Amino acid sequence: MSDIQSPLPGTFYHAPSPESEPFKKPGDPVAETDTIGLVEVMKTFIDVKAEVSGTFDGYVAANAEPIQAGDVLARVR
Amino acid sequence: MAIRKLLVANRGEIAVRIIKAAKSLGIATVQVHSEADTEMLAVKLADEAVCIGPSSAAQSYLSIPAILKAARDTGADAVHPGYGFLSENPAFARAVAEAGLRFVGPDAATIERMGDKVAARAAAMAAGVPVVPGSEGRVEDSAQALAAARAVGFPVLIKAAAGGGGRGIRIAENEAELAQLAPQARQEAEAAFGDGGLYIEKVIVNPRHIEVQVLGDGTDAVHCYERECSLQRRRQKVWEEAGAFGLDASTREALCASAVKLARAVGYSGAGTVEYLYDDASGDFYFIEMNTRIQVEHPVTEMVTGIDLVAEMIRIAGGASLSLTQDVISVEGHAIEVRINAEDPLRQFMPFPGKLTSMGIPEGEGIRFDHFLYEGYQIPPFYDSLLGKLIVHAPTRAAAIDKMANALSTLELGGLKTTIPLHRALAASPDLREGRVHTQWLEPWLAAGNLTAPA
Repeated sequence: MSDIQSPLPGTFYHAPSPESEPFKKPGDPVAETDTIGLVEVMKTFIDVKAEVSGTFDGYVAANAEPIQAGDVLARVR
Repeated sequence: MAIRKLLVANRGEIAVRIIKAAKSLGIATVQVHSEADTEMLAVKLADEAVCIGPSSAAQSYLSIPAILKAARDTGADAVHPGYGFLSENPAFARAVAEAGLRFVGPDAATIERMGDKVAARAAAMAAGVPVVPGSEGRVEDSAQALAAARAVGFPVLIKAAAGGGGRGIRIAENEAELAQLAPQARQEAEAAFGDGGLYIEKVIVNPRHIEVQVLGDGTDAVHCYERECSLQRRRQKVWEEAGAFGLDASTREALCASAVKLARAVGYSGAGTVEYLYDDASGDFYFIEMNTRIQVEHPVTEMVTGIDLVAEMIRIAGGASLSLTQDVISVEGHAIEVRINAEDPLRQFMPFPGKLTSMGIPEGEGIRFDHFLYEGYQIPPFYDSLLGKLIVHAPTRAAAIDKMANALSTLELGGLKTTIPLHRALAASPDLREGRVHTQWLEPWLAAGNLTAPA
């Protein structure tokens, strides 16, 4: 199991827009370069890359909630 | 009836600025804040502070019910909206007025009218203010967009009628691009503003951005001369001056007089800014929009005119008439402001919401630093990146640039990445010093590596 951590503090989003599906669902394959979420920091949206490959286990951080740098956002197995 | 207790419905440096102005007028202050902003400077400086919601701006600084409840609970009799957030939201101005409070700004109907680009343009034309050639009112489909573009000539800008802050603006070089971009712009405007109306405007090649500060009391209006804000990145102003360089006296007079005509025509009350594009080649200026609030760059005008714009707008909201007549407003010297943002200019301006470990601020005659910082302050990641504004005032533009370079060399914000290196490089730029700049200058200058190249 690998933790995907937030590179920055801000607000974490599971999907590219409120109307969209989440980037990943449990069981989805994950490649290192896949975007698994967005962190909004100072009105700028930063892609969070998986940086590991495997199978998506699930989001740990809630959607649209504040997070700190280093917080675990999601897990990949 | 004069205002006794003012609620500040904003955050950051402008909240500090408003509190200082209120104190100078003997007015008590209430600072509202989000859960993420309990430690901000304005909370410490205000007489009272009220937490109005979670970190998300939508649930705090943009929540009209939460702000009005705080006003009721504290017995505030007026609300200052600052800039951004709800400052140009007519529903907010209306709700404040309906709650029996003074809104520090024009009334809801004026905000609504000037906030709609098409209505604002019509108001400008009616007042005899020159406008950029464009569509006659809204265009609702691609055929109307094409007809309007052919009439004014390519390239054209496609804008959302209800838009603001540069969002949703596209440039079409030719008919094929227009056919592709107009439906996209329409869809985006519908999604962002709930209004798919567009308008089409001729592109002025490499224009400068010049704006005029106005003050009105609903009956009379005056101008406080102009500002030059041509240095922009992603349509955000970076470096601002008062006045505009190289304008001849008759152009300056015509520009400022046109802003006053517009303010009078709409019965403007409070501080406002009339923005223009200026075509260096022809000397023509064109109205683009009016901002019905105090602006980030207001201090450069204050430095050259000696007028406290924020105090004046509070006095007017309290029912006072303008304290100034046009003949007593004059400009002395030249002022420059630079925006210090928590962004790393060497890494594509990546936001940097760090902790301020040490702070060295330049001081002296003609130097001002408007900010909301103190040592040990953790910059929250939830809001925009503006940390403060360094402002200098000197007898001439050349002396002001020298003074800015000098002040920047001693400004030190430890623990943070900021835009200070950008401003140091700009202050050393021969193009900027010689006035060879326009709104399309900064981005190519950055792309050419002027920031990263050794000095």
